[in-house]
Amino acid sequence: MSDTQSKNSLLYVSTKDLPELPAPVNTTGPVAWMRQNLFASVRDTVLTVLFAILVIAILYKLIPWMLTDAVFFADSIRNCREIDTGACFAVVTSRFNQLIFGFYPPELYWRPILAFLLMFVAFAPLLHDNLPRKLLWFTGVFPLLAYFLLWGGAIWGPLLILAMVTAAVFVFSLVSKPLNSTLGLLAAIAFCLMYYIFLHDSISGALASAMPIGLEFVESAKFGGFLITFVIGVTGIVASLPLGIVLALGRKSDNMPVVKMLCVGFIEFIRGVPLITLLFVASTLLNYFLPPGTTFDLILRVIIMVTLFAAAYMAEVVRGGLAALPRGQYEAADALGLNYWQATRLIILPQALKISIPGIVNTFIGLFKDTVLVSIVGILDPVGIMQPIRSTSEWNGIIWELPIFIGLVFFIFCFTMSRYSMYFERKLDTGHRS
Amino acid sequence: MKTKLLTLALGAAAIATVSTSASAATLDDVKAKGFLQCGVSTGVPGFAFTDDAGDWQGFDPALCRAMAAAIFGDAKAVKFTPTTGKTRFTALASGEVDVLARNTTETFSRDVDLKFTFAPVNYYDGQGFMVRKSLGVTSAKNLSGATICIQTGTTTELNLADYFRANNMTYEPVPIETNAEAQEKYLANACDVYTTDASGLAATRAAFEKPGDHMLLPEIISKEPLAPLTRHGDDQWADILKWTLNVLINAEELGVTAANADDMLANSKLPSIRRLLGAEGDFGTKLGLGNDWSLNAIKAGGNYGEIYDKYIGPKTAIGLERGLNQLWSKGGILYAAPVR
Repeated sequence: MSDTQSKNSLLYVSTKDLPELPAPVNTTGPVAWMRQNLFASVRDTVLTVLFAILVIAILYKLIPWMLTDAVFFADSIRNCREIDTGACFAVVTSRFNQLIFGFYPPELYWRPILAFLLMFVAFAPLLHDNLPRKLLWFTGVFPLLAYFLLWGGAIWGPLLILAMVTAAVFVFSLVSKPLNSTLGLLAAIAFCLMYYIFLHDSISGALASAMPIGLEFVESAKFGGFLITFVIGVTGIVASLPLGIVLALGRKSDNMPVVKMLCVGFIEFIRGVPLITLLFVASTLLNYFLPPGTTFDLILRVIIMVTLFAAAYMAEVVRGGLAALPRGQYEAADALGLNYWQATRLIILPQALKISIPGIVNTFIGLFKDTVLVSIVGILDPVGIMQPIRSTSEWNGIIWELPIFIGLVFFIFCFTMSRYSMYFERKLDTGHRS
Repeated sequence: MKTKLLTLALGAAAIATVSTSASAATLDDVKAKGFLQCGVSTGVPGFAFTDDAGDWQGFDPALCRAMAAAIFGDAKAVKFTPTTGKTRFTALASGEVDVLARNTTETFSRDVDLKFTFAPVNYYDGQGFMVRKSLGVTSAKNLSGATICIQTGTTTELNLADYFRANNMTYEPVPIETNAEAQEKYLANACDVYTTDASGLAATRAAFEKPGDHMLLPEIISKEPLAPLTRHGDDQWADILKWTLNVLINAEELGVTAANADDMLANSKLPSIRRLLGAEGDFGTKLGLGNDWSLNAIKAGGNYGEIYDKYIGPKTAIGLERGLNQLWSKGGILYAAPVR
């Protein structure tokens, strides 16, 4: 006690804290950042200067062309050239509707727009867990609603499908209670197939002629532009995830060798074939098999192929997630007395899917971008529709402007998806991985 | 999956055998569905493109409209299927389209081997060369050692190799995929010469910022007779296509236009015009159509000359001179069989 007192009374010891001094100039702020990261050594300095020159040189050419000298409104490329020397983005503004909707009737544009907006409502409960769970009903109905909005026609087709699904659930519970759930599933699938093949067309036709309620029918040939990208991309994304999960589980199911063999065969076959080949099969080969006059829609064929393609990749991504789970999780589920479906649904899949998020989103983005390949089979998606637009006498000679615009739109959507997935990952991170 | 595919294949094979006999009457099928399904290209300047409203326009769609008018009396009773160079023949062979009007060169193998029936030629094209004037070249014979932009996988590639070999010259090919890519490469001096069909070259040159700096060389090194086509095995259908085209060419020769066709039908005393327009004879009925088929076809978009001038003629941005595609009576080689 007395010892500390005597120390405090020493005159050369400060009794209060000295004020904090700012850090030395060369260790904080932009100057320090530049010293550390750009000019740390002679080699760094040389590289920095070289790249700075390169970037400035590119921007010096690009900015006038793309922004200050660019023309955004004109009736033709000649008009563009009269107005200014830069890019002629007037082609994008004048054909904007065609790039977005293709040849969809302009007075019906509200339908794809509404479907697009409702898509977010349908996705919302899947992406945010603080929304009421009842919204999931809307998510379930949305595919049929979107189909009805986009293609139109009599309302009875989608309604009957809805009724069929409800009936199938009923069949499932009817069979699975006394027997088991696998048989119930098979019975439900068989019921759906039988109904669709033998009854659907006649019933919906009869209803449509008796009570013609519905929207104006728009044929697939009128679809184009980003509408096609979204129809194919979103359907593929939504359908490929469940399909991929089923395939991955099938591939891991060692006690059902036939199912396993089918899944492995399917996955390896699809992964061994380029998407282009599948698209050509869809567009040309199937035509030879189907009787002439069958109008099995080209877009539908392409959607099926794209979905199957993505599902095979998805299956492998999910399998990676399943394989990454420690054995202990499977054993713990068994020890709790859960059966296979319960264990899979409650313990295995939630963890496996969480691990696989980056891979899943990777597949989604890849699928979304792969949709431009359909232009090769004559579907006028944004890339396909560039050709007829460039062939008009007004816009013949346009080269870069359309791809730049299309690339920009794709970038916005893909970047959003990737950012969202990162946020999702952080939110779901429960800290198991140390 | 496998068994399902097998059933599908077997079923399809069974149906295919039945349908070969059933598909004989394309006309009946077309009448039953109420419109003509016409395959066009995905875009060739002047020949096929979409307008602001999203309708297909151009030299090739105009022929389909005339044919639809001949069958239904309504030039709008036609739907277009864009086909690429790779999908066009399967689209026609499988029945996805009823007729293909798509800048297709008539060749032996396409006619005989792929089993199509070509209508008369509606555009005589040929492969040419475009160079910068600053290059100082005036003939294709001076092109030895040049770098040449060439579309891969086309007949033009083979023609080019043949021509240079025959003249003991060398060249360096710059492979490209589409016309737009070629424009960009050529303008960026990636190649000295761009070679493709002369009509395509003219259209490309017309779209340049300074067309005057470029020229087409006088040599045309190949024959590219472009013709519309149908499937083998339905002569009546092929005849409808063939005679729709013949009527349009004959109409130009006889001075019948979209504007004066009605008047000509009522007042003309010339037997050839009266036969052409159905005032005499029953040619339309013999084709399985109404007797006003030719009148409707002409009124749909005008005679051959009118269609030509509207989409690709000298007054359009494409600016193609008639050249070989002039009537035989005016120095060209368009020589349509008479309606009688």
